[in-house]
Amino acid sequence: MDTFIQFFNDESNLLLIYLLLFTIILGFEVISKVPTVLHTPLMSGANAISGVVIIGAILLIRQADPDDYLTLGLGFLGVILGMVNVAGGFAVTDRMLEMFKKKK
Amino acid sequence: MIIDFIINIAYLIGALAFVWGLRLLSSPDTARRGNIVAGVGMVIAIIAAIGQPIEGASNNYLWIIGAIVIGAIVGLVSAKKVQMTAMPQMVSIFNGLGGACAVVLAYAELVPYYSGIKELDMAGLIIILLALLIGGISFTGSMLAFAKLQGLVWDSTITLPRHDIVNMVLLLITLGMGGYLVASGVEGGLLMGSVFMVLALIYGFSFVAPIGGADMPVVISLLNSFTGLSAAVTGLIYGSQFMLVGGILVGASGTILTVLMCEAMNRSLMNVLIGGFGGGGAAGNGADGEQVAKEVTLNDAAIQLFYSQSAIIVPGYGLAVAQAQKVCKEVDELLEKNGVEVRYAIHPVAGRMPGHMNVLLAEADVPYPKLLDLEEANDALKNTDMVVIVGANDVVNPAAEDDPSSPIHGMPVLKVWDAKNVIVLKRSMRPGYAGIQNPLFFHEKTRMLFGDAKDTLSNLASEIKNL
Repeated sequence: MDTFIQFFNDESNLLLIYLLLFTIILGFEVISKVPTVLHTPLMSGANAISGVVIIGAILLIRQADPDDYLTLGLGFLGVILGMVNVAGGFAVTDRMLEMFKKKK
Repeated sequence: MIIDFIINIAYLIGALAFVWGLRLLSSPDTARRGNIVAGVGMVIAIIAAIGQPIEGASNNYLWIIGAIVIGAIVGLVSAKKVQMTAMPQMVSIFNGLGGACAVVLAYAELVPYYSGIKELDMAGLIIILLALLIGGISFTGSMLAFAKLQGLVWDSTITLPRHDIVNMVLLLITLGMGGYLVASGVEGGLLMGSVFMVLALIYGFSFVAPIGGADMPVVISLLNSFTGLSAAVTGLIYGSQFMLVGGILVGASGTILTVLMCEAMNRSLMNVLIGGFGGGGAAGNGADGEQVAKEVTLNDAAIQLFYSQSAIIVPGYGLAVAQAQKVCKEVDELLEKNGVEVRYAIHPVAGRMPGHMNVLLAEADVPYPKLLDLEEANDALKNTDMVVIVGANDVVNPAAEDDPSSPIHGMPVLKVWDAKNVIVLKRSMRPGYAGIQNPLFFHEKTRMLFGDAKDTLSNLASEIKNL
């Protein structure tokens, strides 16, 4: 219980919790009214955004020891995986949405 | 100092771009711009992550650039090459790779921890294990979802008896293992940590195994929000608020999207996850073999259509498989020339993904106003002469309305039987993806036209031209 109270009394943890809650609400609200037509492209777009995990992989490689091939290898793999998610995700969403553009 | 300021602002702009991008993505007119805005936000953040000053870091930029180039090429090429019909599978793969990335990152933290190079407090360890768990489920779950949509595995072969209980037990074992690791700290050892990872991967697989049929899109959407969550948790490992915001945003919006999709099918999320469609009452009630479906000749179908006042086309997965959208549009034009009012009825879950049909028809230049959604279509169907069903099945199944024993009972369907005549284009009498029989095919108003959707439609087009 004490650690729990301590955790909440810590300023930076508290800020983190605020950030978390507001982002959740924002995420709910920002797409609460979407026509069915856009469900698939929106899912695909959100999927591309979930590729933010690549940021972690970049930071991992940067902090790794140049001789630590295990960490470098894992980071390398991580960046590739994340980048396929990001690049492929945005490209595929764009291809879907291209079809919606207004015809003259 | 000034560089720190620039980097922080860059991350802030990146996060705002995500929110703004999702906002724009929610409306048809601005959706494409929204995707680009979010993409730009991502590029800004990646540059910031590369440029961000880290004390004592050896940077290893060659590794980063190499991996980024490889990943970008693989991603862009596969996104460009994929067929419109295979879009859902593609999204599922991309999503799984994001989850795999989180697994790799979490594992890369576990290795130095257990070999004593890096110290972690309990919260730190919990975060890493969470990233491993959520990312792992998302990875193998998405891969299985891909395999199912691609038709690589057949649903029934990979479910165990009482699969819901098996899943529950598996989840408890996995969580118990996680609890053990947290309690024993560094004593747990890398081997046990790896076992935990494998358990999470197996659970992801097993979680998706019983889910099938029209529920697949819902699962992909759910797994998508899992990947978002795993990215957010990974953000905690690296102390990155940006990853936290981006990940949570996807986690939350993905959850809402999942719920919206369930609502479109009039089913609850729990119902979907337990796998109502996949197993059990596959035959439903309507499978008494006495009934005979009546066929119609191409020529008759062409005449009926040509001299009708109004026609509604109901596209389904069959249209997508046969790539028949362009021929479909051709038939549409021929009929319109003779003054037939042609429209399309789009069921929210026609095809394998919500919006799948809209994308296909837009590709064939079918104008937007000709597409009717479920409610509009059901109103219009009452005053329609001809209904042409192109490769749709479960979404026009009357059993959903009047047969309480049917597994899809309660799902809103297109009431095509309200129209005067129904022509069904279908490859064979095989049941639809949900594996249930469709009484519509034996309905007195219904005539069948067997064959590949594209061939049948182009034959129909030439018949109409000859009239």
